[in-house]
Amino acid sequence: MSSQTESPAPGGAEVVTYREAIRLALDDAMAADETVLLLGEDIAKAGGPFKTTAGLYEKYGVDRVFDTPIAENGFCGIALGMALTGLRPVVEIMFSDFLPTAFDAIAMELPRWRFMSGGQTSAPVTVRASGGGGGRFGAQTSSTGESWFLQFYGLKVAVAGSPQGAYGLLRAAIAHNNPVVVFDHKAMHLRKGPLVRGDDRLADIGKAVVVRSGSDVTIVASLLMVNRSLEAAEALAGEGIDVEVIDISWLRPLDMATVAASVERTGRLVIAEEQYHDGGWGASIISRLATAAAPLASPPVAVSMPEILISHSPPLEDAMIPSAERIAEAVRSACR
Amino acid sequence: MTAPPPEVLRSWLEKMILIRLAEDKVMEIYMQGLVPGTVHLCQGQEAASVGAIGALTADDWLLCTYRGHHHALARGMDLEAFFAEIMGRDTGACGGMGGSSYVIDASLGMIGSPAIIGAGIPVATGAGMTARLRGEDRIAMCFFGDGACNIGAFHEALNMAQLWRSQAVFLIENNQYGEYTPFRDSTALPPEAPIAHRASAYGMAHTVTDGQDAMAVHEVVARARAQAVAGDGPTLIEAQTYRYRGHSRTDPGTYRPPGELDAWKERDPIGILAERIDASEAVEEIRARLQDEVDEAAERAAEGPWPSLDQARGYVFAD
Repeated sequence: MSSQTESPAPGGAEVVTYREAIRLALDDAMAADETVLLLGEDIAKAGGPFKTTAGLYEKYGVDRVFDTPIAENGFCGIALGMALTGLRPVVEIMFSDFLPTAFDAIAMELPRWRFMSGGQTSAPVTVRASGGGGGRFGAQTSSTGESWFLQFYGLKVAVAGSPQGAYGLLRAAIAHNNPVVVFDHKAMHLRKGPLVRGDDRLADIGKAVVVRSGSDVTIVASLLMVNRSLEAAEALAGEGIDVEVIDISWLRPLDMATVAASVERTGRLVIAEEQYHDGGWGASIISRLATAAAPLASPPVAVSMPEILISHSPPLEDAMIPSAERIAEAVRSACR
Repeated sequence: MTAPPPEVLRSWLEKMILIRLAEDKVMEIYMQGLVPGTVHLCQGQEAASVGAIGALTADDWLLCTYRGHHHALARGMDLEAFFAEIMGRDTGACGGMGGSSYVIDASLGMIGSPAIIGAGIPVATGAGMTARLRGEDRIAMCFFGDGACNIGAFHEALNMAQLWRSQAVFLIENNQYGEYTPFRDSTALPPEAPIAHRASAYGMAHTVTDGQDAMAVHEVVARARAQAVAGDGPTLIEAQTYRYRGHSRTDPGTYRPPGELDAWKERDPIGILAERIDASEAVEEIRARLQDEVDEAAERAAEGPWPSLDQARGYVFAD
């Protein structure tokens, strides 16, 4: 895992861990709206396997924080039924890798329910999952899973690249009238960063965030790759390469306006993604830029996972997940 | 439970006849090329829906299935909107987006009708949780078939529904076949045991009823409803019934043993209720009157416009 970076807090911000930002988003959302309730495995009395719900059961009680059985498809469907009848459930799926056990509920029911009814119903369900590698957890508990649901139109998909992102995206998802899947990254849970809380701090749906301005190359990244792209940018600054970093934040809707405006200035694009390239959001960005005939000075470069599976063995896992060095090398190649 | 008053029973008889005629009409317009895709008809199963829905209040929610025409009509869906939906027209109950499998009217409490087997069972459990958490005199009524009782969603939902005392009532319309296969060939049960016995694994109340007898179904659903709103948990009800037609439009049902269909037809749900309320002689008069209504509604529905892609786009996301 790369070094822990701690940004200084701007005025009015507190410095919290990414994990605490998630917990605070849930807490503030529950305080703001009594129809918000939580369902997930071990999230009530135990405070959550990742401590993202610590203290919420004690604060909001047994009727708003539910310890579920290990039955993801069932409780995602239950969340849908609650949402159709006036509640705003937030479902925690623990590891992203467990999302496929709820494939029917998340992929086939949540995104299509409203459509099939001709707009008679709506399903404000938030599904959140912690994904990503680096924990030595092996093949079935290390995926980010971030692009899995992009073919299921009707879902919106968010990816948290910072504590502020984790807070704002989750608050926005919970307040939204459509189903949203919000991904966070396990390796970021203990990283700290500035957070400004409040009911006016909901992220704009479908809006990417430029986290570093630069003029030579645009890196578009998600989750942990945002952090690694920033590290790469710092290193490249010493070589005279001025890098812009975009935390894409939403995979649907995809903020092509922000990406295109950046690439138009820099003329070079690098995608940094902890996933396979084919079928992912990074490939979509390149495709959309290509079909829009955006003027690129050099071919786009994607830094993705090699087409192998994540193993339990530490050197092999490290070789799978794009490092700041790999991202920096991709930027150099784009500049050649 | 006291039996419903005569005028209510009479209205049930009319609804069952309406459903039978509407289903026959669906087949007729299908053969005329007016129905895209396929249809799953329910002739023979009218009593389970009419009896169960007769035990509900206007506030109760319903989860139905792809074989759900009888639920929609028993709940009072507008006939033209029903036919137009099946024909894929903009004037359909769901703007033509759902079709035969997904014909619902949310203003009548019908909150969904998934084509995926068993998918509605957790959803009903969740709706029943909303009622419980809000302390409302309201239930979620969930219809599904014998085929749904082997999918994970059934077991996962029943477990949580009982654990959390969801205000739900689960009704299996056991029409004897999961698609083309007799349910005992796909469902592990003790010899002769009904599917409803599976609820006992979850400590859930369960009962078996004669699905051809609307009054019998009504009685058990009314009792289950009262139990659910009292906070005493859901009930798994098995209504034993029969599907006169095959699984879908293209299935002639040749896998059924000779004589089975005729034996069930001798216990036709319309005949049973008509006899019970001494209205057998009125059946023909009702049928003639309703036939005109059905014909006219289907005719008007066929004139409905097709929906546009822009309309479809507008249905994907809520504002």
